[in-house]
Amino acid sequence: MKRIFITGFALLALFQTKAQNVPTDSISYKSKKLKLEEVNLVSSYYKQDGDNSAVTGGIGSEHLTDIANTIDVKLVKYGETGIKHTFDIEAGIDHYTSASSDMIDLSANSSASSSDNRFYPSLTYLRENEEKGRTLGIGVSSSTEFDYQSYGGNISFSQKTKDRNGEFTAKFQTFIDQLKLIEPVELRPPGQEGYGSANRNTFAGTLSYSQVVNKNLQVMLVGDVISQNGYLSLPFHRVYFADGSVHQEKMPDTRFKIPLGIRASYFLGDNIIIRAYYRYYTDDWSLKAHTADIEIPVKLTQAFSVSPFYRYYTQTGTKYFKPYGEHTAADEYYTSNYDLSKFNSSFFGMGMKFTPLNGIFGLKHWNTLELRYGHYTRTTNMTSDIISINIKYK
Amino acid sequence: MKKPKQKKLVLFCSIAFTAILFTSCTSVKGYQKGKINDSEMVLSNRKIEKTELSFQSYREGASGANSGKSGGGCGCN
Repeated sequence: MKRIFITGFALLALFQTKAQNVPTDSISYKSKKLKLEEVNLVSSYYKQDGDNSAVTGGIGSEHLTDIANTIDVKLVKYGETGIKHTFDIEAGIDHYTSASSDMIDLSANSSASSSDNRFYPSLTYLRENEEKGRTLGIGVSSSTEFDYQSYGGNISFSQKTKDRNGEFTAKFQTFIDQLKLIEPVELRPPGQEGYGSANRNTFAGTLSYSQVVNKNLQVMLVGDVISQNGYLSLPFHRVYFADGSVHQEKMPDTRFKIPLGIRASYFLGDNIIIRAYYRYYTDDWSLKAHTADIEIPVKLTQAFSVSPFYRYYTQTGTKYFKPYGEHTAADEYYTSNYDLSKFNSSFFGMGMKFTPLNGIFGLKHWNTLELRYGHYTRTTNMTSDIISINIKYK
Repeated sequence: MKKPKQKKLVLFCSIAFTAILFTSCTSVKGYQKGKINDSEMVLSNRKIEKTELSFQSYREGASGANSGKSGGGCGCN
Protein backbone atom coordinates (compact mmCIF):
# COMPACT_ATOMS: atom_id res chain seq x y z
CA MET A 1 0.00 0.00 0.00
CA LYS A 2 2.77 2.33 1.04
CA ARG A 3 4.48 1.77 -2.33
CA ILE A 4 1.34 2.85 -4.20
CA PHE A 5 1.13 6.17 -2.42
CA ILE A 6 4.86 6.88 -2.60
CA THR A 7 4.77 6.36 -6.39
CA GLY A 8 1.70 8.54 -6.74
CA PHE A 9 3.08 11.43 -4.70
CA ALA A 10 6.54 11.28 -6.32
CA LEU A 11 4.99 11.64 -9.78
CA LEU A 12 2.63 14.31 -8.47
CA ALA A 13 5.61 16.40 -7.31
CA LEU A 14 7.37 15.87 -10.65
CA PHE A 15 4.49 17.23 -12.71
CA GLN A 16 3.83 20.13 -10.35
CA THR A 17 7.05 21.79 -11.55
CA LYS A 18 5.79 21.64 -15.17
CA ALA A 19 2.33 22.92 -14.31
CA GLN A 20 3.56 26.45 -13.59
CA ASN A 21 4.51 26.98 -17.26
CA VAL A 22 1.06 26.32 -18.67
CA PRO A 23 -0.98 29.48 -19.44
CA THR A 24 -4.26 29.69 -17.54
CA ASP A 25 -6.32 30.39 -20.67
CA SER A 26 -5.03 27.30 -22.46
CA ILE A 27 -8.39 25.51 -22.28
CA SER A 28 -10.02 27.54 -25.04
CA TYR A 29 -6.87 28.21 -27.05
CA LYS A 30 -6.26 25.76 -29.93
CA SER A 31 -2.52 25.36 -29.66
CA LYS A 32 -0.52 24.67 -32.83
CA LYS A 33 2.24 23.44 -30.52
CA LEU A 34 2.16 20.08 -28.82
CA LYS A 35 0.47 20.71 -25.46
CA LEU A 36 0.14 18.54 -22.39
CA GLU A 37 -3.61 17.93 -22.13
CA GLU A 38 -3.96 15.44 -19.29
CA VAL A 39 -1.97 13.05 -17.13
CA ASN A 40 -3.49 10.19 -15.16
CA LEU A 41 -1.61 8.28 -12.49
CA VAL A 42 -3.36 5.11 -11.44
CA SER A 43 -2.20 2.69 -8.75
CA SER A 44 -4.01 -0.45 -7.61
CA TYR A 45 -3.53 -3.16 -5.04
CA TYR A 46 -5.31 -6.46 -5.71
CA LYS A 47 -5.49 -9.54 -3.46
CA GLN A 48 -7.33 -12.80 -4.07
CA ASP A 49 -7.85 -16.08 -2.20
CA GLY A 50 -9.41 -19.38 -3.12
CA ASP A 51 -8.81 -23.13 -3.12
CA ASN A 52 -9.21 -24.17 -6.75
CA SER A 53 -5.89 -23.39 -8.41
CA ALA A 54 -5.58 -24.67 -11.98
CA VAL A 55 -1.83 -25.14 -11.48
CA THR A 56 -2.55 -27.94 -9.00
CA GLY A 57 -5.42 -29.42 -11.00
CA GLY A 58 -8.35 -27.54 -9.45
CA ILE A 59 -7.27 -27.89 -5.82
CA GLY A 60 -4.80 -25.75 -3.85
CA SER A 61 -4.29 -22.12 -3.00
CA GLU A 62 -5.22 -19.35 -5.44
CA HIS A 63 -3.65 -16.71 -3.20
CA LEU A 64 -2.34 -13.86 -5.32
CA THR A 65 -1.36 -10.23 -4.84
CA ASP A 66 -0.75 -7.65 -7.52
CA ILE A 67 0.48 -4.06 -7.37
CA ALA A 68 -0.22 -2.14 -10.58
CA ASN A 69 1.02 1.35 -11.46
CA THR A 70 0.18 3.10 -14.71
CA ILE A 71 0.88 6.53 -16.11
CA ASP A 72 -1.16 7.86 -19.00
CA VAL A 73 -0.07 11.07 -20.76
CA LYS A 74 -2.26 12.78 -23.34
CA LEU A 75 -0.71 15.37 -25.67
CA VAL A 76 -2.66 17.51 -28.14
CA LYS A 77 -1.83 19.83 -31.00
CA TYR A 78 -3.86 21.46 -33.77
CA GLY A 79 -2.60 21.48 -37.35
CA GLU A 80 -2.72 24.46 -39.74
CA THR A 81 -5.99 23.16 -41.23
CA GLY A 82 -7.64 22.80 -37.82
CA ILE A 83 -7.11 19.06 -37.53
CA LYS A 84 -6.72 17.91 -33.94
CA HIS A 85 -3.85 15.50 -33.29
CA THR A 86 -3.93 13.54 -30.02
CA PHE A 87 -1.10 11.35 -28.75
CA ASP A 88 -1.86 9.05 -25.85
CA ILE A 89 1.21 7.48 -24.26
CA GLU A 90 0.66 4.94 -21.53
CA ALA A 91 3.01 2.76 -19.53
CA GLY A 92 2.19 0.32 -16.79
CA ILE A 93 4.09 -2.02 -14.54
CA ASP A 94 2.64 -4.78 -12.36
CA HIS A 95 4.37 -6.74 -9.66
CA TYR A 96 2.58 -9.90 -8.63
CA THR A 97 3.13 -12.79 -6.26
CA SER A 98 1.24 -16.02 -6.90
CA ALA A 99 1.04 -19.04 -4.61
CA SER A 100 -0.23 -21.25 -7.45
CA SER A 101 2.62 -20.34 -9.83
CA ASP A 102 4.94 -21.38 -7.01
CA MET A 103 3.53 -24.92 -7.38
CA ILE A 104 4.73 -25.44 -10.97
CA ASP A 105 7.81 -27.03 -9.42
CA LEU A 106 6.41 -28.94 -6.42
CA SER A 107 9.85 -29.93 -5.15
CA ALA A 108 11.32 -26.42 -5.08
CA ASN A 109 11.11 -24.15 -2.04
CA SER A 110 10.16 -21.34 -4.34
CA SER A 111 9.74 -21.45 -8.13
CA ALA A 112 11.10 -18.67 -10.31
CA SER A 113 7.56 -17.80 -11.32
CA SER A 114 6.21 -17.32 -7.76
CA SER A 115 6.58 -13.60 -8.37
CA ASP A 116 7.04 -11.62 -11.55
CA ASN A 117 6.77 -8.20 -13.14
CA ARG A 118 4.73 -7.26 -16.17
CA PHE A 119 5.52 -4.16 -18.22
CA TYR A 120 2.92 -2.89 -20.71
CA PRO A 121 3.47 0.33 -22.69
CA SER A 122 1.11 1.58 -25.41
CA LEU A 123 0.90 4.47 -27.85
CA THR A 124 -2.25 5.72 -29.58
CA TYR A 125 -2.55 8.48 -32.18
CA LEU A 126 -5.90 10.08 -33.05
CA ARG A 127 -6.50 12.45 -35.98
CA GLU A 128 -9.76 14.31 -35.50
CA ASN A 129 -11.49 16.54 -38.01
CA GLU A 130 -13.78 18.42 -35.62
CA GLU A 131 -15.61 20.15 -38.47
CA LYS A 132 -16.62 16.84 -40.08
CA GLY A 133 -16.92 14.97 -36.78
CA ARG A 134 -14.56 12.29 -38.05
CA THR A 135 -11.71 10.62 -36.14
CA LEU A 136 -9.10 8.16 -37.34
CA GLY A 137 -6.91 6.30 -34.86
CA ILE A 138 -3.95 3.99 -34.84
CA GLY A 139 -2.22 2.38 -31.88
CA VAL A 140 0.44 -0.10 -30.83
CA SER A 141 1.00 -1.87 -27.52
CA SER A 142 3.09 -4.55 -25.90
CA SER A 143 3.04 -6.61 -22.72
CA THR A 144 6.12 -8.35 -21.38
CA GLU A 145 6.54 -10.80 -18.53
CA PHE A 146 8.91 -13.72 -17.88
CA ASP A 147 6.90 -16.34 -19.78
CA TYR A 148 4.70 -14.19 -22.02
CA GLN A 149 5.26 -11.58 -24.73
CA SER A 150 2.39 -9.83 -26.48
CA TYR A 151 2.44 -7.25 -29.27
CA GLY A 152 -0.76 -5.43 -30.18
CA GLY A 153 -1.92 -3.11 -32.94
CA ASN A 154 -5.22 -1.36 -33.62
CA ILE A 155 -6.92 0.98 -36.07
CA SER A 156 -10.19 2.82 -35.55
CA PHE A 157 -12.65 5.05 -37.36
CA SER A 158 -15.36 7.22 -35.77
CA GLN A 159 -18.00 9.38 -37.41
CA LYS A 160 -20.39 11.68 -35.57
CA THR A 161 -23.87 12.34 -36.94
CA LYS A 162 -24.70 15.76 -38.43
CA ASP A 163 -26.40 16.96 -35.23
CA ARG A 164 -23.42 15.62 -33.16
CA ASN A 165 -25.77 13.53 -31.01
CA GLY A 166 -24.75 10.15 -32.39
CA GLU A 167 -21.41 8.53 -33.09
CA PHE A 168 -20.52 5.36 -34.96
CA THR A 169 -17.17 3.68 -34.27
CA ALA A 170 -15.44 0.74 -35.95
CA LYS A 171 -12.24 -0.69 -34.52
CA PHE A 172 -9.96 -3.56 -35.40
CA GLN A 173 -7.40 -4.93 -32.93
CA THR A 174 -4.83 -7.69 -33.18
CA PHE A 175 -2.57 -9.24 -30.55
CA ILE A 176 0.37 -11.43 -31.58
CA ASP A 177 1.53 -13.33 -28.50
CA GLN A 178 4.28 -15.77 -27.72
CA LEU A 179 4.41 -17.87 -24.55
CA LYS A 180 7.10 -20.04 -23.00
CA LEU A 181 6.00 -23.63 -22.53
CA ILE A 182 6.73 -24.02 -18.83
CA GLU A 183 5.45 -27.48 -17.94
CA PRO A 184 4.73 -28.82 -14.45
CA VAL A 185 8.03 -30.25 -13.20
CA GLU A 186 6.90 -33.90 -13.15
CA LEU A 187 5.85 -33.71 -16.82
CA ARG A 188 9.16 -32.35 -18.15
CA PRO A 189 11.26 -34.78 -20.18
CA PRO A 190 14.37 -35.85 -18.23
CA GLY A 191 17.37 -33.64 -18.88
CA GLN A 192 15.30 -30.88 -20.51
CA GLU A 193 17.00 -27.48 -20.48
CA GLY A 194 15.19 -24.26 -21.27
CA TYR A 195 11.63 -23.98 -22.53
CA GLY A 196 9.93 -24.33 -25.88
CA SER A 197 7.57 -21.63 -27.10
CA ALA A 198 4.18 -21.36 -28.79
CA ASN A 199 2.14 -18.67 -30.49
CA ARG A 200 -1.29 -17.27 -29.73
CA ASN A 201 -3.03 -14.78 -32.04
CA THR A 202 -6.10 -12.68 -31.34
CA PHE A 203 -8.12 -10.68 -33.90
CA ALA A 204 -10.97 -8.50 -32.67
CA GLY A 205 -13.43 -6.34 -34.59
CA THR A 206 -15.64 -3.89 -32.69
CA LEU A 207 -18.65 -1.90 -33.85
CA SER A 208 -20.35 0.59 -31.56
CA TYR A 209 -22.96 3.31 -31.82
CA SER A 210 -23.66 5.91 -29.14
CA GLN A 211 -26.64 8.23 -29.09
CA VAL A 212 -27.70 11.20 -26.99
CA VAL A 213 -31.39 10.44 -26.39
CA ASN A 214 -32.25 13.65 -24.55
CA LYS A 215 -30.61 16.21 -22.24
CA ASN A 216 -30.30 13.60 -19.47
CA LEU A 217 -29.81 10.26 -21.20
CA GLN A 218 -27.28 8.73 -23.54
CA VAL A 219 -26.98 5.13 -24.69
CA MET A 220 -24.36 3.03 -26.47
CA LEU A 221 -24.59 -0.32 -28.22
CA VAL A 222 -21.34 -2.24 -28.68
CA GLY A 223 -20.52 -5.60 -30.23
CA ASP A 224 -17.26 -7.49 -30.71
CA VAL A 225 -16.31 -10.42 -32.88
CA ILE A 226 -13.15 -12.04 -31.51
CA SER A 227 -11.20 -14.87 -33.08
CA GLN A 228 -8.25 -16.58 -31.38
CA ASN A 229 -5.94 -19.24 -32.67
CA GLY A 230 -2.76 -20.97 -31.58
CA TYR A 231 -1.87 -22.36 -28.17
CA LEU A 232 -4.91 -21.43 -26.04
CA SER A 233 -4.15 -23.71 -23.07
CA LEU A 234 -1.72 -22.78 -20.33
CA PRO A 235 1.23 -25.18 -20.20
CA PHE A 236 1.58 -25.29 -16.40
CA HIS A 237 -2.08 -26.06 -15.67
CA ARG A 238 -2.34 -29.63 -14.37
CA VAL A 239 -5.31 -31.92 -14.95
CA TYR A 240 -5.69 -35.04 -12.79
CA PHE A 241 -7.67 -37.83 -14.46
CA ALA A 242 -9.98 -40.29 -12.68
CA ASP A 243 -7.23 -42.92 -12.86
CA GLY A 244 -4.88 -40.66 -10.87
CA SER A 245 -2.62 -39.78 -13.82
CA VAL A 246 -1.53 -36.15 -14.27
CA HIS A 247 -1.66 -34.28 -17.59
CA GLN A 248 -1.12 -30.82 -19.01
CA GLU A 249 -4.31 -28.87 -19.71
CA LYS A 250 -5.42 -29.35 -23.32
CA MET A 251 -7.80 -26.95 -25.05
CA PRO A 252 -8.79 -26.47 -28.72
CA ASP A 253 -6.46 -24.29 -30.78
CA THR A 254 -9.22 -21.95 -31.94
CA ARG A 255 -11.84 -19.93 -30.08
CA PHE A 256 -14.53 -17.65 -31.46
CA LYS A 257 -16.22 -15.18 -29.09
CA ILE A 258 -19.16 -12.82 -29.53
CA PRO A 259 -19.87 -10.32 -26.72
CA LEU A 260 -22.71 -7.79 -27.17
CA GLY A 261 -23.19 -4.92 -24.74
CA ILE A 262 -25.40 -1.94 -24.01
CA ARG A 263 -24.48 1.00 -21.81
CA ALA A 264 -26.60 3.87 -20.56
CA SER A 265 -25.94 6.96 -18.47
CA TYR A 266 -28.85 8.92 -17.02
CA PHE A 267 -28.70 12.18 -15.08
CA LEU A 268 -31.44 12.00 -12.44
CA GLY A 269 -32.22 15.46 -11.07
CA ASP A 270 -29.21 17.65 -10.42
CA ASN A 271 -26.96 15.44 -8.31
CA ILE A 272 -27.50 11.78 -9.13
CA ILE A 273 -26.27 9.84 -12.14
CA ILE A 274 -27.20 6.28 -12.99
CA ARG A 275 -24.66 4.33 -15.04
CA ALA A 276 -25.84 0.93 -16.25
CA TYR A 277 -24.26 -1.79 -18.37
CA TYR A 278 -25.39 -5.18 -19.64
CA ARG A 279 -23.42 -7.71 -21.69
CA TYR A 280 -24.35 -11.02 -23.26
CA TYR A 281 -21.46 -13.29 -24.20
CA THR A 282 -21.24 -16.54 -26.13
CA ASP A 283 -18.35 -18.55 -27.60
CA ASP A 284 -17.71 -21.84 -29.39
CA TRP A 285 -16.32 -23.45 -26.22
CA SER A 286 -20.02 -23.46 -25.17
CA LEU A 287 -19.51 -20.77 -22.55
CA LYS A 288 -22.40 -18.32 -22.20
CA ALA A 289 -22.41 -15.41 -19.78
CA HIS A 290 -24.48 -12.44 -18.65
CA THR A 291 -23.03 -9.35 -16.96
CA ALA A 292 -25.10 -6.59 -15.36
CA ASP A 293 -23.51 -3.57 -13.76
CA ILE A 294 -24.95 -0.50 -12.06
CA GLU A 295 -23.15 2.47 -10.54
CA ILE A 296 -24.80 5.50 -8.98
CA PRO A 297 -22.52 8.52 -8.59
CA VAL A 298 -24.02 11.03 -6.14
CA LYS A 299 -22.65 14.58 -6.08
CA LEU A 300 -22.72 15.48 -2.38
CA THR A 301 -21.05 18.86 -2.95
CA GLN A 302 -19.60 20.63 -5.98
CA ALA A 303 -16.22 19.09 -5.22
CA PHE A 304 -17.07 15.71 -3.76
CA SER A 305 -19.03 12.71 -5.00
CA VAL A 306 -19.48 9.10 -3.95
CA SER A 307 -20.27 6.19 -6.30
CA PRO A 308 -21.62 2.93 -4.90
CA PHE A 309 -21.59 0.14 -7.50
CA TYR A 310 -22.74 -3.45 -7.94
CA ARG A 311 -21.87 -5.93 -10.71
CA TYR A 312 -23.45 -9.36 -11.15
CA TYR A 313 -21.94 -11.96 -13.46
CA THR A 314 -23.06 -15.47 -14.33
CA GLN A 315 -21.55 -18.02 -16.73
CA THR A 316 -22.49 -21.54 -17.81
CA GLY A 317 -18.94 -22.91 -17.92
CA THR A 318 -17.18 -24.50 -20.85
CA LYS A 319 -17.86 -28.09 -21.88
CA TYR A 320 -14.16 -28.89 -21.45
CA PHE A 321 -14.18 -28.26 -17.69
CA LYS A 322 -14.32 -30.96 -15.02
CA PRO A 323 -13.09 -30.77 -11.42
CA TYR A 324 -10.08 -32.60 -9.96
CA GLY A 325 -10.00 -36.33 -10.75
CA GLU A 326 -13.05 -36.43 -13.05
CA HIS A 327 -11.59 -36.27 -16.55
CA THR A 328 -10.93 -39.52 -18.38
CA ALA A 329 -8.82 -40.60 -21.33
CA ALA A 330 -11.98 -40.43 -23.46
CA ASP A 331 -11.98 -36.61 -23.20
CA GLU A 332 -10.42 -34.93 -26.23
CA TYR A 333 -9.94 -31.62 -24.41
CA TYR A 334 -9.66 -31.09 -20.66
CA THR A 335 -9.16 -28.40 -18.06
CA SER A 336 -9.72 -28.04 -14.31
CA ASN A 337 -9.44 -24.25 -14.45
CA TYR A 338 -12.34 -22.92 -12.34
CA ASP A 339 -12.28 -19.62 -14.28
CA LEU A 340 -13.98 -21.68 -17.03
CA SER A 341 -16.41 -23.52 -14.74
CA LYS A 342 -20.07 -22.71 -14.05
CA PHE A 343 -20.36 -19.95 -11.42
CA ASN A 344 -21.94 -16.65 -10.43
CA SER A 345 -20.03 -13.71 -9.03
CA SER A 346 -20.77 -10.40 -7.35
CA PHE A 347 -18.56 -7.35 -7.26
CA PHE A 348 -19.55 -4.39 -5.11
CA GLY A 349 -17.95 -1.40 -3.51
CA MET A 350 -17.67 2.36 -3.51
CA GLY A 351 -15.79 5.09 -5.31
CA MET A 352 -15.01 8.59 -4.05
CA LYS A 353 -14.06 11.55 -6.20
CA PHE A 354 -12.59 14.89 -5.04
CA THR A 355 -12.37 17.80 -7.46
CA PRO A 356 -11.45 20.78 -5.25
CA LEU A 357 -11.55 24.20 -6.95
CA ASN A 358 -7.97 24.99 -5.98
CA GLY A 359 -6.67 21.55 -6.88
CA ILE A 360 -5.60 18.69 -4.65
CA PHE A 361 -3.62 19.96 -1.64
CA GLY A 362 -3.66 23.40 -3.31
CA LEU A 363 -1.83 22.16 -6.44
CA LYS A 364 -3.95 23.83 -9.11
CA HIS A 365 -3.45 21.52 -12.11
CA TRP A 366 -3.80 18.33 -10.10
CA ASN A 367 -7.54 18.71 -10.14
CA THR A 368 -9.00 15.26 -9.43
CA LEU A 369 -8.37 12.56 -6.86
CA GLU A 370 -10.34 9.33 -7.07
CA LEU A 371 -10.38 6.35 -4.72
CA ARG A 372 -12.23 3.11 -5.39
CA TYR A 373 -12.61 -0.08 -3.38
CA GLY A 374 -14.32 -3.26 -4.53
CA HIS A 375 -14.94 -6.73 -3.06
CA TYR A 376 -15.42 -9.68 -5.41
CA THR A 377 -16.98 -12.96 -4.43
CA ARG A 378 -17.52 -16.04 -6.57
CA THR A 379 -19.69 -19.11 -5.91
CA THR A 380 -16.57 -21.30 -6.28
CA ASN A 381 -15.39 -19.77 -2.96
CA MET A 382 -12.91 -17.40 -4.53
CA THR A 383 -12.81 -13.88 -3.12
CA SER A 384 -10.76 -10.82 -3.95
CA ASP A 385 -10.37 -7.19 -2.95
CA ILE A 386 -9.06 -4.29 -4.94
CA ILE A 387 -8.28 -0.71 -4.00
CA SER A 388 -7.31 1.87 -6.63
CA ILE A 389 -6.31 5.51 -6.67
CA ASN A 390 -6.31 7.86 -9.66
CA ILE A 391 -4.76 11.32 -9.61
CA LYS A 392 -5.42 13.51 -12.61
CA TYR A 393 -3.42 16.46 -13.90
CA LYS A 394 -5.19 18.75 -16.33
CA MET B 1 -32.76 -23.83 -20.23
CA LYS B 2 -34.96 -21.36 -22.13
CA LYS B 3 -37.34 -22.67 -24.79
CA PRO B 4 -36.89 -21.33 -28.35
CA LYS B 5 -40.19 -19.38 -28.03
CA GLN B 6 -38.95 -17.62 -24.90
CA LYS B 7 -35.63 -16.82 -26.57
CA LYS B 8 -37.45 -15.31 -29.56
CA LEU B 9 -39.59 -13.24 -27.19
CA VAL B 10 -36.52 -11.93 -25.34
CA LEU B 11 -34.85 -11.07 -28.67
CA PHE B 12 -38.00 -9.35 -29.96
CA CYS B 13 -38.40 -7.32 -26.74
CA SER B 14 -34.72 -6.28 -26.84
CA ILE B 15 -34.98 -5.11 -30.46
CA ALA B 16 -38.29 -3.34 -29.78
CA PHE B 17 -36.86 -1.61 -26.68
CA THR B 18 -33.79 -0.45 -28.60
CA ALA B 19 -35.89 0.75 -31.54
CA ILE B 20 -38.25 2.72 -29.28
CA LEU B 21 -35.29 4.19 -27.41
CA PHE B 22 -33.51 5.40 -30.52
CA THR B 23 -36.63 6.68 -32.28
CA SER B 24 -37.61 8.70 -29.21
CA CYS B 25 -34.41 10.74 -29.48
CA THR B 26 -34.70 14.51 -29.36
CA SER B 27 -32.13 16.78 -30.98
CA VAL B 28 -29.98 18.15 -28.18
CA LYS B 29 -28.02 21.31 -28.96
CA GLY B 30 -24.44 21.77 -27.78
CA TYR B 31 -25.43 24.36 -25.15
CA GLN B 32 -27.95 21.90 -23.72
CA LYS B 33 -25.32 19.24 -23.08
CA GLY B 34 -24.20 20.39 -19.64
CA LYS B 35 -25.34 17.17 -18.02
CA ILE B 36 -24.45 14.89 -20.94
CA ASN B 37 -20.87 16.23 -20.87
CA ASP B 38 -20.45 15.61 -17.14
CA SER B 39 -17.41 13.38 -16.58
CA GLU B 40 -19.54 10.81 -14.71
CA MET B 41 -21.80 10.38 -17.78
CA VAL B 42 -19.04 8.96 -19.96
CA LEU B 43 -20.02 5.80 -21.89
CA SER B 44 -16.73 3.99 -21.40
CA ASN B 45 -14.65 2.57 -18.60
CA ARG B 46 -12.70 5.01 -16.50
CA LYS B 47 -8.95 4.94 -15.88
CA ILE B 48 -9.43 3.88 -12.26
CA GLU B 49 -11.27 0.70 -13.36
CA LYS B 50 -8.35 -0.58 -15.48
CA THR B 51 -6.90 -3.12 -13.03
CA GLU B 52 -10.26 -4.48 -11.84
CA LEU B 53 -11.36 -5.01 -15.46
CA SER B 54 -8.11 -6.86 -16.18
CA PHE B 55 -8.70 -9.22 -13.28
CA GLN B 56 -12.35 -9.75 -14.17
CA SER B 57 -11.25 -10.80 -17.66
CA TYR B 58 -8.67 -13.21 -16.13
CA ARG B 59 -11.04 -14.71 -13.54
CA GLU B 60 -14.09 -15.03 -15.80
CA GLY B 61 -14.63 -16.85 -19.09
CA ALA B 62 -16.28 -13.88 -20.83
CA SER B 63 -14.58 -10.71 -22.01
CA GLY B 64 -15.04 -7.92 -24.53
CA ALA B 65 -17.79 -5.44 -25.47
CA ASN B 66 -16.67 -3.07 -22.75
CA SER B 67 -14.54 -0.66 -24.76
CA GLY B 68 -11.42 -2.30 -23.39
CA LYS B 69 -8.85 -4.63 -24.87
CA SER B 70 -9.94 -8.09 -25.99
CA GLY B 71 -6.67 -9.99 -25.74
CA GLY B 72 -2.95 -9.73 -25.19
CA GLY B 73 -1.14 -10.41 -21.94
CA CYS B 74 -1.17 -13.71 -20.16
CA GLY B 75 -3.75 -13.67 -17.37
CA CYS B 76 -2.41 -16.98 -16.25
CA ASN B 77 -1.78 -16.48 -12.56
